Amino acid sequence: MASYGQQNKDEHQKYQEKVNQVSPKPPLLKNIVWAFVVGGLICTLGQFFQNAFMDAGIARKEASALSSVVLVFLGAFFTGLGIYDELGRRAGAGSVVPITGFANSIVAPAMEFKREGYVFGIGAKMFVVAGPVLVYGMVTAFFIGLIYWILH
Amino acid sequence: MQSYLLAFLIGGLICVIGQLLMDLTPLTPAHVLVLFVVSGGILSGIGIYQPLVDFAGAGATVPLLGFGHTLVSGTIEEVAKIGIMGVFTGALKATAAGIMAAVVFGFLMAVIFNPKG
Repeated sequence: MASYGQQNKDEHQKYQEKVNQVSPKPPLLKNIVWAFVVGGLICTLGQFFQNAFMDAGIARKEASALSSVVLVFLGAFFTGLGIYDELGRRAGAGSVVPITGFANSIVAPAMEFKREGYVFGIGAKMFVVAGPVLVYGMVTAFFIGLIYWILH
Repeated sequence: MQSYLLAFLIGGLICVIGQLLMDLTPLTPAHVLVLFVVSGGILSGIGIYQPLVDFAGAGATVPLLGFGHTLVSGTIEEVAKIGIMGVFTGALKATAAGIMAAVVFGFLMAVIFNPKG
């Protein structure tokens, strides 16, 4: 006869197995495929712009920066239209990770808090997500630059 | 064309990594963005990211890892050129266009458009 503690453990385990059986699981494979395809397509679009700028005689690095500017514009524009968030529901990381997603993370909260005005609504809420990205990106660059300077 | 295929594959793979993080960990999209910009910076610092950019073009520069890379590589370039002040000027010099675009276009779209629903 199992001890009282052991009986409790067995029941708990059986219950947990039952919960795992009936809980909805995130469709991981579907999400991954969507992220891969949409993310890949956005990057391909970026490559298209970069190639176009290079064909116009612009140097590679500047062409890449210009291509980013175009993608930021498109991300902001389609967020304004409401289309980008629709895409994001299906594409997940495919719409979050590219730089278009960074633009979306700026426009979406700014639009949402518009009623709070230009300073504390649009002005402040633009940086809810972009703020941390800039902070940690710049801090990282600072310290790596410092290490580089010390080593050279 | 080869550049499009590579951009698609590498860019897609990087986004898959982001998706795995979002689905299998408690990380939110904002966390993933911060993680990616820092990771891109670190990979850039140890010299791994530039070869990936040379290989995959926009597949490496479009994902937010690329933004971290630009911040760090810009800093290092500036430090190599002008010394210690470079740690203050290099990052924003390199990303000036992207940041201006994000802030200005972001502002304009938020002013012009209204949220749905």
